[in-house]
Amino acid sequence: MFTIFKRELKSYFTQPTAYAVIVIFLFMSLFFAFSLGNFIKTGDANLEWSFFFWHPWIYMLLAPALGMRLWADEQRSGTIELLGTFPTTIWSAILGKYLAAAVVWLIALLLTYPMVIAVNKLGDPDNLTIFSGYIGSFLLCCTFLAITCLVSAFTRDQVTCLIISCSICVVLVVVGFDHVVRIFAQTFSEATTDAIVSTSVLDHYQPLLRGALRLQDFTYFISIIIACLLCTSAILNSKRS
Amino acid sequence: MIEVNNLSKNYGAKTVVNDLSFTVKKGEVLGFLGPNGAGKSTTMRMVTGFISPTKGDAQICGVSVVDHPKRAKSHIGYLPESAPLYDDMTVTDFLKFCASMRGLRGAAGKSAINSALETCFLENISHQSISTLSKGYRHRTCLAQALLHDPDVLILDEPTDGLDPNQKHEVRQLIARLGETKAILFSTHILEEVEAACTRAVIIDQGEIVADGTPAELKEKSGTNSLHDLFRSLTTKEVE
Repeated sequence: MFTIFKRELKSYFTQPTAYAVIVIFLFMSLFFAFSLGNFIKTGDANLEWSFFFWHPWIYMLLAPALGMRLWADEQRSGTIELLGTFPTTIWSAILGKYLAAAVVWLIALLLTYPMVIAVNKLGDPDNLTIFSGYIGSFLLCCTFLAITCLVSAFTRDQVTCLIISCSICVVLVVVGFDHVVRIFAQTFSEATTDAIVSTSVLDHYQPLLRGALRLQDFTYFISIIIACLLCTSAILNSKRS
Repeated sequence: MIEVNNLSKNYGAKTVVNDLSFTVKKGEVLGFLGPNGAGKSTTMRMVTGFISPTKGDAQICGVSVVDHPKRAKSHIGYLPESAPLYDDMTVTDFLKFCASMRGLRGAAGKSAINSALETCFLENISHQSISTLSKGYRHRTCLAQALLHDPDVLILDEPTDGLDPNQKHEVRQLIARLGETKAILFSTHILEEVEAACTRAVIIDQGEIVADGTPAELKEKSGTNSLHDLFRSLTTKEVE
């Protein structure tokens, strides 16, 4: 597993993919923070609204862009046949590839550290809340990557994978967005609305930004990730049987 | 070394491989002949454990590929049909990765890589990126990958496809040489290759064996002393 992880991680950095994704992520997260998030005026030292708030909107495009090659590329080039005949299990390949993609995002997130330094210089933030925001942001991104990983197992075409995974991620974000929730509330009963909203990633992401580490949110993210990876292995196995 | 027992593969209602049985012993090079779509690649993929058979089994050095895929796979070196490689790596990095996947790390890995590079004449391009290689070099890089762990069994799916006549000659000689100590199963369309490199040949058509024997025996069987005639009389011309 570690061998595959190392190869994948290296391949992200020998190709322009990782650099492009990291640079665009940094640019967009800072751009949103300073323009739409009004970072300077709001005086939000915990980075909740100005910075982390915008991450789902960036991830829903960029995470599929990073993850689309996970299995699609392997199937298109036929290298899956090499992986499938090495004396390893399919699980070590899935985990190795997935973790490598997750580490690229971890690096991207860590590179936003100047924001943390800035708020510490300018104001008096609750650093634990910021830390919890980072955990939320990383979990969210890993969830989107797992979804992309599953979609990429279905297809050998990266563009198809990108479009489908983006759509799934967009739906998961939008159903929890305030304006949409209001429309739901007008058409459906309260219980139905609650049920729909609770499937949204925003519903589980925002508590983490406020520093609330709730078990149900972790369960939500981690069960999606595990379910997606399990399905990936089922799809890859069924393609070979 | 390779023992294939009643191997069958169905895709839906379509039978691609039908109850195939054959063996390849150590020191034998078995040529696997047949028209396109006869089930050659499917059979090889089942023997290597990449796809699972609908029925039947293959024993590699006495280990069942269905029951103990991991152990069976460690005895096999496999060159897939299109010689797939990771384009973003250099030849050495790619071989390092494959060696490590085979559990060959450190000094053992290094010596395995060097001998594979030498066997496949890749030393002068070992630091080149795979994306810049010509087809012949790509094929040989993928072949080197199959030789890294010095496997007892080699399974080569059209190893000479797309090579120029010089390279074809080299690969055939290499196969004949490796065949002295290993069990080799290789598929091809080129009938001359059978005479040049094989100790035995099997012709399959629509998933079934239609002829089996040494190249000399097969020639005799044709009546006109030509493998071409035998091939054409035994195999279906149009695959539905």
